[in-house]
Amino acid sequence: MILIWLFMVPFIGGLLCWQIERFGLTLPRWIALGTMFIVLMLALLLWHTGDYSQTLLGNHGAGGGHWVEEFSVPWIPRLGISFSFGLDGLSLLMVVLTGLLGLMAVACSWKEIARNVGFFHLNLMWNLGGVIGVFLATDLFLYFFFWEMMLVPMFFLIALWGHNIPGGKSRVFSATKFFIFTQASGLIMLVSILSLVFVHYRATGTLTFAYDALLNTPMGAATEYWLMLGFFIAFAVKLPVVPFHSWLPDAHSQAPTAGSVDLAGVLLKTAAYSLLRFAVPLFPHASFAFAPVAMWLGVIGIIYGALLAFSQNDVKRMVAYTSISHMGFVLVGIYAGSEQALQGVVIQMLAHGLSAGALFILCGEIQERLHTRDLREMGGLWARFSYLPPIALFFAAASLGLPGLGNFVGEFLILLGSYKVAPVVTIFAATGLILAAVYSLMLVQRAFLGKPKSDEKLRDLNAREVVTVVTLMVLLVGLGLYPQPVLDISHASMAAVQEIYQSGATATASAATLTTTAGAP
Amino acid sequence: MSFLYVHGGLTPDQWLTMLPILILSLTIVVVTSAIALKRHHWWNATISVVGLNLALLPLFVHFWLPGVWTLPVPQTVTPLFGIDNYACFYMAMILVTSLATATLSHAYMEGYTGNREEVYLLLLLSTLGGLTVVCSRHFASFFIGLELLSVPLYGMAGYLVKERRSLEAGTKYLVLSAVASAFILFGMALIYSQTGTLAFAAIGARSAELAGSARTVMMLGSAMLLVGIGFKLSLSPFHLWTPDVYEGAPAPVTSYLATASKTAVFALLVRYFVEARAYEMPTLVDVLTGLAILSIVVGNVLALRQDNLKRLLAYSSIAHFGYLLVALIAAGPLAVEAVGVYLLTYVVTTLAAFGVVTLMSSPYSDHDAEDLFDYRGLFWRRPYLTAILTVALLSLAGVPLTAGFIGKFYVMTVGADKHLWLLLGAVVLGSAVGLYYYLRAMVQLYLRQRWVQKYSAPLNWAQGTGGGMLILLMLAMLLLGIFPTPFINLVQAAGLH
Repeated sequence: MILIWLFMVPFIGGLLCWQIERFGLTLPRWIALGTMFIVLMLALLLWHTGDYSQTLLGNHGAGGGHWVEEFSVPWIPRLGISFSFGLDGLSLLMVVLTGLLGLMAVACSWKEIARNVGFFHLNLMWNLGGVIGVFLATDLFLYFFFWEMMLVPMFFLIALWGHNIPGGKSRVFSATKFFIFTQASGLIMLVSILSLVFVHYRATGTLTFAYDALLNTPMGAATEYWLMLGFFIAFAVKLPVVPFHSWLPDAHSQAPTAGSVDLAGVLLKTAAYSLLRFAVPLFPHASFAFAPVAMWLGVIGIIYGALLAFSQNDVKRMVAYTSISHMGFVLVGIYAGSEQALQGVVIQMLAHGLSAGALFILCGEIQERLHTRDLREMGGLWARFSYLPPIALFFAAASLGLPGLGNFVGEFLILLGSYKVAPVVTIFAATGLILAAVYSLMLVQRAFLGKPKSDEKLRDLNAREVVTVVTLMVLLVGLGLYPQPVLDISHASMAAVQEIYQSGATATASAATLTTTAGAP
Repeated sequence: MSFLYVHGGLTPDQWLTMLPILILSLTIVVVTSAIALKRHHWWNATISVVGLNLALLPLFVHFWLPGVWTLPVPQTVTPLFGIDNYACFYMAMILVTSLATATLSHAYMEGYTGNREEVYLLLLLSTLGGLTVVCSRHFASFFIGLELLSVPLYGMAGYLVKERRSLEAGTKYLVLSAVASAFILFGMALIYSQTGTLAFAAIGARSAELAGSARTVMMLGSAMLLVGIGFKLSLSPFHLWTPDVYEGAPAPVTSYLATASKTAVFALLVRYFVEARAYEMPTLVDVLTGLAILSIVVGNVLALRQDNLKRLLAYSSIAHFGYLLVALIAAGPLAVEAVGVYLLTYVVTTLAAFGVVTLMSSPYSDHDAEDLFDYRGLFWRRPYLTAILTVALLSLAGVPLTAGFIGKFYVMTVGADKHLWLLLGAVVLGSAVGLYYYLRAMVQLYLRQRWVQKYSAPLNWAQGTGGGMLILLMLAMLLLGIFPTPFINLVQAAGLH
């Protein structure tokens, strides 16, 4: 039942925010803050009470695995669709991240959003509610429903409260581009989902969209490959993987701060989550066959994102490109498929959510004060602020993977876990760490060091802003020094994914031996 | 009741199933006399609405309160008509559409200075034609119904006779519709020449036996029939009249044209394909595939740069009927269900969209509010009305939580079931392109305006019947999108057997 509340609270809170605006402009902010606080508390309650040594995939093949929490009622019985949610360690961590970054997103837009506050928070809350739905849905129709539903509020956030960059594309353009990219790829996934459902229907005679029923659908290798590709394209656009990434920098540079935090911190994670939850377990053999391609795409993303980040003048575009680079590691880790790498992926997702979220918040704060995000207009800011530059240095260091911070643990585990599987890929991926150091230090150099443009002191961070970023700092240090609680929570889910992936690998290998022996005489 | 049996040659049960048609015919007579007695806008509109509601009542009870009373279906009423659950479902849909149009017309016509009353008469006549079409299983009744459906529409499209564009729309529709009818008649003649019958089922039985040149002529006839129907459904490449007529006709008439008349024709097309076994002609299915892809591409691409909301919706309707053809091509019981669900979602959504246009235009007699520009910043003036248009546009785009998503989902389901990958590719691509113009229209509603707008709905729009109807449509769109099961069960019960 608590699962229902997890996603209902943001929807109800959003409606309240919208309607309460007539009684005052600050009320919607408090309501939104309270809403996200409730979500976070519910998630932490689940963390505290649940036993996360189990997951549905836990006893793969043997049956008997179950979600830690679940909820299911029939929805459209005619087509075998039910309204079902399930929670395991992986989804719990993602929901906690969503709740936390939701709080941050509300806090960081306290001053930035001055008009139509209620409607803004309605969109923000509904978007986060949709994201939580994606993390919890265990019916493929329901999952797709949320996947598409979270786009509309995001579209409004960018189109209505975004920034029009002088000389750049308009915010409506960016929002539309974002929407079309993700929705079109989503429809390809829908075709895949439907085909999977009908393949299952032909094999078993039951029409169902339930995740657990579809898990071991027997199908031919070619069919599996095509269906996997349909899923992969949708996730590749959202992650984003390099040939499909062009919406991300545009969306980020035009989005309001809360939108960017939401986009980088949470929305990109839905793609990584979906790869782990759907693409790999539903199509283990095809995923294994596809792994080299996916891992090289990841490497291309790492290097390409880093190189482009290096050459940006707009701070937000720069952070957007670093996201592409960091998500490349996630892709490599997922398709490496060893448990170490997968655990690294989880840490990387959380750490990137926190660090990229924080960097976007800082970008927003700089823009609020300087009224520009152009690095060429900055320089010497260290002298003009007291708190902001060292904090920014901290997050830049996190982004470059400084040991002791969360990102280091994530990237290190991913590289360690991938090396055994694909040494060449790992070596190329590791260069990303060097490039990350280059662009991060470059950012610090260009923005904060050097000769100040003016000696005038700028308004420093106020208590709200300090609390926001310091919370993120503490969490990032915690994740870097003692990641064990998180690893414990996600262990069962990741071990299960790894097991499925290995079963796909062995099946493919034995099939290959069979064909060679059959062809020998 | 026995005298009826003797008199008309029909059994009481057959009379009963004809109840909606009979009540509607009676209403037409009453409205005609009422107008002749005294011109009074409110009274004549009310009589029409009450008549439509009475005609709807037996169908409503039949479907929603089957425990109370049901129509004795299926019945074959003379060789011309077959009234089954399928026909009843579409009759109900057309009557509801007509009802919505009547209330919207009332809001719209208030500001018109000429004779306002005949528009209801024409509407009722056209509705009667629609009911006839969906019940027919014979070429004779089909053609009579189709003409009865279309001819009043010429008058309705050109109703604002003093306005050039309305008159142009009426004339254009008259000419092109007549051409389409000629095609249909010629097609029927060719089919008759080879099969010797006009009844759908008999055509199906005999066409299977045809071979050689007879089969070719049969094919040609079917193709001509399809061309004519393509005109009525504004499938590409027979769509040229659509944007002009949509733009020129008064907004409520456009909403009727886009929904009721197309629903009736499409329902008939499905019945013809099933009963006359047109699926057994592979060439015909290939032609349909071509029409579907072309409609999706042309409709979506031409809508891209439209700045006129009515024209935009016209092109979008071309694309939507392309999607709908995918379900028709898929064939089978699930496909008939998909057509029903899709039409239901499409009708509800289109009525809502045109309803907002109507209410926006109602206080002004010279010109409809149709430029996207007129809608700029509407959210900050009429937030709830804008919410309705937003949901309608999202529903047309097929975004979850709205009716359109369920419709699109159904179409893609039957497409995936039958492995129609090419068509599914077109649907995906078309939807992606479609997003662009729906979002472009939608975002206009929320942008801040920097000047005073000429058009706005009256402040008390929600208190009129038109406004009430719109709120109901909005609820229907959301209900269909979130909890579609009751509607799906309804459509499933109304399948073709």
